[in-house]
Amino acid sequence: MASVEFKGLKKYFQDVHAVDGVDIEIKDGEFLVLLGPSGSGKTTLMRLCAGLEKPTEGEIIIDNNVVNDLPPRERGIAMVFQSYALYPHKTVFKNIAFPLIVERLDKREIRKKVEWASGLLGIGHLLDRLPSQISGGEKQRVAIARALVRKPKVLLMDEPLSNLDAKVRNSARVELKKFQKEIGVTTCYVTHDQAEAMGLGDRIAVMHEGRVRQIGIPEEIYHEPADMFVAGFVGVPPMNFIDHDGVVMGFRPEAFLPAELMNDEELMKFRITVERAENLGSYKLVYGAIGEARVIANLSPRYLIRDGEDYDFAVRARDVRYFDKKSGKRIKK
Amino acid sequence: MKIKHLLERENVLAGLLLLPVVTYIVLFIGFPFVMSFLYSISNVTIGNPEFKIVGMRNFVDLLEDNTFQQSLVNTFIFTSVSVGLVLILAQVLAELLMREFKGKWLVRFLIMLPWTAPIALGTIGFLWFMDSVFSPFDWLLRTMGLLGKPGALLGASSNLYWLGRPGLAMASVILVHVWRLLPLATVILLAGMNSIPKEIVEAAQVDGAGYFRRLFHINLPLLLPVTAVTVLFSVFFTFTDMTVVWVLTKGGPPPHATQVLASLAFLKSIQGGDLAQGAAVAIFFFPVLAGIAALVLRLAKKSVVT
Repeated sequence: MASVEFKGLKKYFQDVHAVDGVDIEIKDGEFLVLLGPSGSGKTTLMRLCAGLEKPTEGEIIIDNNVVNDLPPRERGIAMVFQSYALYPHKTVFKNIAFPLIVERLDKREIRKKVEWASGLLGIGHLLDRLPSQISGGEKQRVAIARALVRKPKVLLMDEPLSNLDAKVRNSARVELKKFQKEIGVTTCYVTHDQAEAMGLGDRIAVMHEGRVRQIGIPEEIYHEPADMFVAGFVGVPPMNFIDHDGVVMGFRPEAFLPAELMNDEELMKFRITVERAENLGSYKLVYGAIGEARVIANLSPRYLIRDGEDYDFAVRARDVRYFDKKSGKRIKK
Repeated sequence: MKIKHLLERENVLAGLLLLPVVTYIVLFIGFPFVMSFLYSISNVTIGNPEFKIVGMRNFVDLLEDNTFQQSLVNTFIFTSVSVGLVLILAQVLAELLMREFKGKWLVRFLIMLPWTAPIALGTIGFLWFMDSVFSPFDWLLRTMGLLGKPGALLGASSNLYWLGRPGLAMASVILVHVWRLLPLATVILLAGMNSIPKEIVEAAQVDGAGYFRRLFHINLPLLLPVTAVTVLFSVFFTFTDMTVVWVLTKGGPPPHATQVLASLAFLKSIQGGDLAQGAAVAIFFFPVLAGIAALVLRLAKKSVVT
């Protein structure tokens, strides 16, 4: 296993600054998630690490070696693509065996390793099938098995769960995390799904417009966002923002509750005009307005809220975050 | 019923739209084919319009004819070498055109140019290039010192006589034919290569495969359906082509160094007047070509994996 470091990394495609000065260190055995919207540069960063793109500036260091000029096969990395990129004309066995065939291992050794990798992922019964004959979840496992079979130093995963349906995705996420902990391989995972990032990452690097806006453990990213972009991107529904005394006040929907439900802690109270309440089964989302600002509250479904009426809501002072109105950066208040 | 309402009926409209092409096929392909078949089992000549069925006698006579045997061998050499060269060169050109570089539009234009020129005109141009006295190729070789001097690599003679020496004449004919067929083959292969998902090639790079391993383990197997179609087109165009041979050498140098089945059929039937023998030569390989087409198309269908 190995550490990965990006130092002052930049990648420009003519006028487009896809990666614009990234400094990240991924520790040995860590599961780092690159989270951001489309076009934030997270996939480009991963492709730079894989050697599929050449950096415009900066260094990529894997296992204390600068690998900028090394082709993918000499970096000790393996990658799982979003579309899995299985070789459609090869059986599952041959797909997993391909990296080992390239290394010119003997047939017995190849079989042993393929059986190990397929056993790990529970796909031993699929070895004779073609990719067109297996399901999406099985394809994902084959792609992971192919990546792991030669025991890479670093595992790169580019949104491997995005093509799965929601139900399978949840269970796949749990298995993936468990699996990575067992193997202990240094992993860099790209996603735009913040729930996936929160559930999988030891740390999350939130990216926007080619730069890292914040890097930290999931709790830190969620509860202590560094700026309004991170605060607004992470969390479903996103953080509420209200202009207040020349700064922007932010608070999470689940912290914004009817005043009568809050005890006498230091509270900030608001009068909200409810536009619409959505009962989503296990929780209720209340959409409303405080003056001109649109806000959302996340309540228990049992609490009765009527559309069009005014209610007193409150948020604990310790749950409020303040941001600079011009720069969007977090200010301690 | 009004014409407008009639045209709204799908089967009527479909029939009308298909009518021109069906008429073309029947008149210009179907009818001549049937006539060729009938002529091949008859004794009809240009001078004698009497039509008498003689069975397989024309085909038996052909098998004993040295000229036919020579033409058969020439056709196989012409086809196999041309198609082999076309496949390799088209693959190289398609790889080149997949990359981005300055002046790509010019390279693409130059590659496609042979296909835009009428074949006879293009071949006449090569007739001059390969002239026995004034060939620019020979001039270039003499300028480079490879020809025209004692001890020169290609001989002391001032000209190579591209179309006058049996082996060199066949090579010249193959060269021109490959030049002509290359654009079509390149475009077909390029389309096939563009259809290979980029991530699959990148996955192979990440898995450690170098250029040649990716070519033989990934690209070529995935290109098999498209390559099969390219081979099919190339074989059919080459096997049935007489233009290049006829314009450059008329089947010579003597006796029949570059004679192929298509030119022999023309020689026997139109120039020689023996329509029956000419027709027999022309359709001699129809069953074989039909079999090859069926086999190649079946292989192409089986190898489609996506």
